[in-house]
Amino acid sequence: MSAPLLDVQNLAVRFPTRTGTVEAVRGVSFTLGRERLGIVGESGSGKSQTGRAILGLTAPSAQVTADRLRFDGQDLLTISNAERRRLRGKRIAMVLQDPKYSLDPVMSIGRQIVETLRTHERVSRSEARKRALAMLEAVQIRDPERVFDLYPHEVSGGMGQRAMIAMMLIAGPELLIADEPTSALDVTVQLEILAILDSLVRDKGMGLIFVSHDLRLVSSFCDRVLVMYAGRVVEELAAKDLSQAQHPYTQGLLNCMPKIGASRHPLPVLERQAEWAR
Amino acid sequence: MSVASDTQPAPRGRRARSLVKSLLSFLVVVVVTYLGLLAVTFFIGRVIPVDPVLAIVGDRAPANVVERTREELGFNEPLTTQFVIYVQKALSGDFGRSVLTTNPVMTDIKRVFPATIELATLGTILGAVLGIPLGVLAAVRRGGWLDQIVRIIGLVGYSVPIFWLGLLALLVFYARLQWVGGPGRIDVVYEYTFTPITGFYLLDAIIQRDWSAFNNILSHLALPSLLLGYFSLAYISRMTRSFMLNELSQEYIVAARAKGLSERRIVWRHALRNAAVPLVTVIALSYAGLLEGSVLTETVFAWPGLGLYITNSLQNADMNAVLGGTIVIGSVFIAINLLSDLLYRLLDPRTRAR
Repeated sequence: MSAPLLDVQNLAVRFPTRTGTVEAVRGVSFTLGRERLGIVGESGSGKSQTGRAILGLTAPSAQVTADRLRFDGQDLLTISNAERRRLRGKRIAMVLQDPKYSLDPVMSIGRQIVETLRTHERVSRSEARKRALAMLEAVQIRDPERVFDLYPHEVSGGMGQRAMIAMMLIAGPELLIADEPTSALDVTVQLEILAILDSLVRDKGMGLIFVSHDLRLVSSFCDRVLVMYAGRVVEELAAKDLSQAQHPYTQGLLNCMPKIGASRHPLPVLERQAEWAR
Repeated sequence: MSVASDTQPAPRGRRARSLVKSLLSFLVVVVVTYLGLLAVTFFIGRVIPVDPVLAIVGDRAPANVVERTREELGFNEPLTTQFVIYVQKALSGDFGRSVLTTNPVMTDIKRVFPATIELATLGTILGAVLGIPLGVLAAVRRGGWLDQIVRIIGLVGYSVPIFWLGLLALLVFYARLQWVGGPGRIDVVYEYTFTPITGFYLLDAIIQRDWSAFNNILSHLALPSLLLGYFSLAYISRMTRSFMLNELSQEYIVAARAKGLSERRIVWRHALRNAAVPLVTVIALSYAGLLEGSVLTETVFAWPGLGLYITNSLQNADMNAVLGGTIVIGSVFIAINLLSDLLYRLLDPRTRAR
């Protein structure tokens, strides 16, 4: 195997605040090829901040350090802001949680998609429009011509998330970070969006980091799973081996999932122990 | 594989019909507001303890003269009839005669209002053109030196009285340095050579290609318009800053960064474009406020505008002039609100249609 697409060693994200430093991510390490990696954990476990740190989208007040943070051989920590910006959208992209908030409300969907493309490639207006329409079709929007001119508030959540995916994939990135891409959607729509994401990632041979708090979703969708707790990776395992998880936290998470037909008394409670966070 | 079909179709016909409908509802709102305005001014005119008859004939007139004047002015009609006549006349722009100037009130207003509009427009343009970029940059570099400057500008703008700053400016730039023209709209020398056409002196000078008058008018306008501009700048930059901070913390900004857009495009094209929606209302209201005639500024600079006119009339119990002026101001207020509403719809797709 060649060099990994993404190589993260000992990544840390700290937020200095008035009452002391908050360590959101504390020494996360993993490598990623053209595969699908799931990152699970509860709120505040640092999973989203890990994704944002890779893109360089952490808040300016935060300190990001790592022994190694390399994307396709480039050191992300030392390249200039302009170089990093050129990577964003073009080679590494991100799908956010809720299309209601992550699409610009006063710009039409089509123009937002075209904007990504024209930021990274010199294409004519008509060519960009053509490719945006094709992209909308690729995310299974039946009448792209009409949706192109709609504003974000005029479409449903599922449609908005398709538009979001189209906007992020149009420049052909090699790595996609999906930050809870289905958490804001109805369960029925979730599966459609996942199927679209799945086929696009597969077809284009992209690497995918799928951030979620939904353990079952992640295990069915990814090849490998990182379980995060309090800013650390407590366990890394192949998705199919999830049931053989060793770490008590992962076992606790698995234990909390409801089983149809089974009566559970008393309801299991997620245990947390201070030493896991060390 | 399922296919998306979860949006409402918006055929062109329905969109056009909804436009007509919203225009109609606009019209209804305007008519009702205007009638309310007339009713209130009418009511004020009746309850105020000033006898308009006495104001005209004087308090030493014999009783039969007072009675005849009362009859002529229609004060013996029933109140409802009086109101109907009042509305009819107001709609045709007839607010009666000013006791003070003996001109029809409308003629007076046509003379003084352009002076106020000229000043208010220049002030608002200055305030918006400088205030918006300042507010944007202050929000982008939050806590930086520019942010501090905007904060100080805002603080001074809120706390220093305009008449004091006006007097100080006159003292320094007119009396001492003689950089600018003094009080009034134009030097007395030009009174006989310069003829107002529209009442907007700058425009009139351009039309007549009277460049020396133009320069003189500009030098008179400079101080008061800069002063009004400063105060609207203080307000607009503060508001722009807070709207921008709100927009910059939204998720779509993160998404725009993830797309690899330049910071400049994110700030000016995405965040400001969203902040512009509430900004329109702020600027329109501040403009309307200036159009009411900034009495203090007009007094300090002896600016023959609407604010000064109404204040003078009020002090002389010239009710026709006061009510006429009030109605004109109210109408302008309604018009500006309407305009900002329309702009709002243009800027924010979420308020369109439906």
